[in-house]
Amino acid sequence: MPVLQAASALPPLSTGPAGPGVTHQEMTLTDLDSFQAEVADWFAANRPPEPDFPLPESFMEVGTDAQFNYLRDWQRKVYAAGYLGMAWPAAYGGGGRPQAFQDIVNAEMARQKLPFVPNTIGLNWAGPLILAIGSEAQKQRYIRGMLSGDDIWCQGFSEPDNGSDLASCTTRATRDGDDYLINGAKIWTSLGSYAKYMILLARTDPLQSTPGRPKLTDSPSGGRASQSGDLGGVKGSRYAGLSYFLIPMQVPGITTTPIRKLTGEYGFTQTHFDNARVPADCLMGREGEGWQIAMKTLTFERGAAGGQAGGLARMAVGVGDVVELARRSRRDGAPAMEDPFVRDQLVRFLIESQGDRLCTARAKIPALCSERPDAIPLSNKLRYTEHNRRLLQFALTLQGANAARWVGDARAVDGGKWQRGYFNAFASTIGGGPSQIQANIVGERVLGLPKD
Amino acid sequence: MLGSQIRFSDEQAMLQDSAVAFCRAQSPMSAVRALIGGASDNSTGFDRRVWQSLAELGWLGIAVPERFGGSGLTLGHTAVIAEAMGRQLLATPFTSTLQCIEGLLAGASVAQQTMWLPRLTLGGMATVAVFEDEGDWDLLSLTCRAQANGASITLHGAKTLVLDAAVADLLLVSVQHDSAPALLLLPATALPRQHLQREAVVDETRRSYRLTLDGLTLPAEALITGASARLALQAIRRAALLLASAEAAGGIAGVLAVTVDYLNTRSAFGRKIGSYQALKHGCADILIGLERARSHLHHAATLLVEAGGDGAGTVTANGVNGAPPDTRAIEIALCMAKVEAGDSFVAAGDRSVQFHGGFGFTYDCDAQLYLHRALWLQPWFGDAAHHRRQLANLLLPPAPQHV
Repeated sequence: MPVLQAASALPPLSTGPAGPGVTHQEMTLTDLDSFQAEVADWFAANRPPEPDFPLPESFMEVGTDAQFNYLRDWQRKVYAAGYLGMAWPAAYGGGGRPQAFQDIVNAEMARQKLPFVPNTIGLNWAGPLILAIGSEAQKQRYIRGMLSGDDIWCQGFSEPDNGSDLASCTTRATRDGDDYLINGAKIWTSLGSYAKYMILLARTDPLQSTPGRPKLTDSPSGGRASQSGDLGGVKGSRYAGLSYFLIPMQVPGITTTPIRKLTGEYGFTQTHFDNARVPADCLMGREGEGWQIAMKTLTFERGAAGGQAGGLARMAVGVGDVVELARRSRRDGAPAMEDPFVRDQLVRFLIESQGDRLCTARAKIPALCSERPDAIPLSNKLRYTEHNRRLLQFALTLQGANAARWVGDARAVDGGKWQRGYFNAFASTIGGGPSQIQANIVGERVLGLPKD
Repeated sequence: MLGSQIRFSDEQAMLQDSAVAFCRAQSPMSAVRALIGGASDNSTGFDRRVWQSLAELGWLGIAVPERFGGSGLTLGHTAVIAEAMGRQLLATPFTSTLQCIEGLLAGASVAQQTMWLPRLTLGGMATVAVFEDEGDWDLLSLTCRAQANGASITLHGAKTLVLDAAVADLLLVSVQHDSAPALLLLPATALPRQHLQREAVVDETRRSYRLTLDGLTLPAEALITGASARLALQAIRRAALLLASAEAAGGIAGVLAVTVDYLNTRSAFGRKIGSYQALKHGCADILIGLERARSHLHHAATLLVEAGGDGAGTVTANGVNGAPPDTRAIEIALCMAKVEAGDSFVAAGDRSVQFHGGFGFTYDCDAQLYLHRALWLQPWFGDAAHHRRQLANLLLPPAPQHV
């Protein structure tokens, strides 16, 4: 399973790492308005110059050193200005402020179409996880570097033979004195060649009993983020044999090979472990808790739980951009905006996009979600990513015969970003649990239908 | 950038709980089936005791100012009631009466309001007659006429799809008068029964009538004309869109529950059929439509609550270009809600029938009741494609006139 984030298409829920925190309505509007102005000014004044190479769409397409360094420098700058991890505890390098401020920064970065900050896995998955259930030592060691971008994070979940069925993963972690020895392979490791740390799911107890579904109290969706650290009971050895590690990547025995994507770009790798030795204190929690911790990670990844550090995870493209494209496009010899089919399709996307924004708003009102409180969080990824894929595909319809052009052609519309964007949209519909798995989760966890 | 506020007070939450409990108790599926009827029966389609109860609960007067005996709240507050009713397929003259009330609030004279609003708030019934044979959703496109005749007016033409006309104490009827749209207050006392002809419609929970106006005469004071008439029609349309969106959203929830229950009960090839992904994923699609529809609905309701009173702004023609910003936002929100709820309800009912297999094809399966309701609500005051075209005009750069 390519565990790739479903991008800024997924709105982080407005909860800080320690819980709901202060809501937007409780802040004075003056505080937020003046902060908004300050943020807008700062970003306008500090936008990095346009590079002479194309920027990747997201952290999953960072394929060259030039791209990586440009984006990491940008993240350093944004953090130094105080605009990342604003709701994270100050003791660990965060801002210690209400989530509403980070929301303003996130929205402004999207609005000004600024470059994204590349340490997505750290900022949005590993960071919230460590803040939620990590030890004090782990928080002290990892959070600050994650925010500054000094320490890039990657994820070792999927394997060549085990993607969606993550619990069957076979990468081994064997205790050896004060260390663990890691053997095996992980795949779809975004930023693998640049990463300092990896969140790794590995097997500490080999497979024992028969395959088939063990009884679970916590099924493969993760459900809501739990604040108490209680991750639910798991019966069945396949799951109980897994453990979760925060490992350094630059150790002997760990190598990465680049994988080329369907767009021709690079950005993720296969990671090989050959008797790689890591200290035993890389273990998070206890042996056998790996599955629950991995599921918890996925709740952050899928936008089903809040607490992300913020910033921008990808170049934001939304319906407004496609409307703007339609405004300047011609199709069948006439302005595209005159075509009733185009108008109807654009409105469909506007309604869908607005519906998803309104779902985010309604999710904050328990009385309006009482029958199925998890319906909106657990359907977030499915709704947003499929909308995004169809929207980008539709953008090509606006280009007439020129839809067939690609990045690099002088006449490709907007440098071919729509074509590239459509193909890259699959990163989000497939990664982090493909849409078909998400639909299973909605059917089973939200609706109570039987498992397959 | 469209607003995305949704607010829901504790008071609204209590009203919602009350509505859900009431509708669940008063309108189980057995009650729905006992009340449905075809064009040949004379039943009213509702239980008068239920009607009396909801009047006593004050639900008819929610949006009526206190000086007329109402609660002084807004149309937006009624969304949760209509949603609960839609879920249980409870069909009473509730939405008909509310549409008429909104029209009176927006355009009737004080005397007309004083005569009718207290009575309707206490449990009188009313309806609107705004459609004609052409099936046009443009409420200003009228062939029915009111001809001045000294101190009275004579009426010509026919209205169609008039819900609950046979029980309505008051009908608010749109006509052309002096070459402009007008509304007239037609009391039941001035309407001989033979002017009403029952229509066969796709949803047997409804009672729909053709109203023949020819031969009717009314005093001239019965008319609402000019800007007041346009405001009243706009208010009627607004109420209809909100209530239909709410009923549809409730209906999606109802049919989804029926479907999930069946899929968790029925077995095939040795397992419960809900375990098959083709059905499971189809239900996930329905759930997504439900969540989006509810979100659009409650955003529209929020805007109406915040607009206060009857929420009527100034109106130009059939649209709101040039109107105050909040009126435009309300229009957009209502159109979006109607589109999403309308389309998603039809899709949900359609899949529900399909997923019930052979049983789904029978009259006894409840899925068909919801699908029939969905097909009723879709074209009511404009189907999804109609509202998408309105939204394109509101949200996109204009298309040239010839398109």
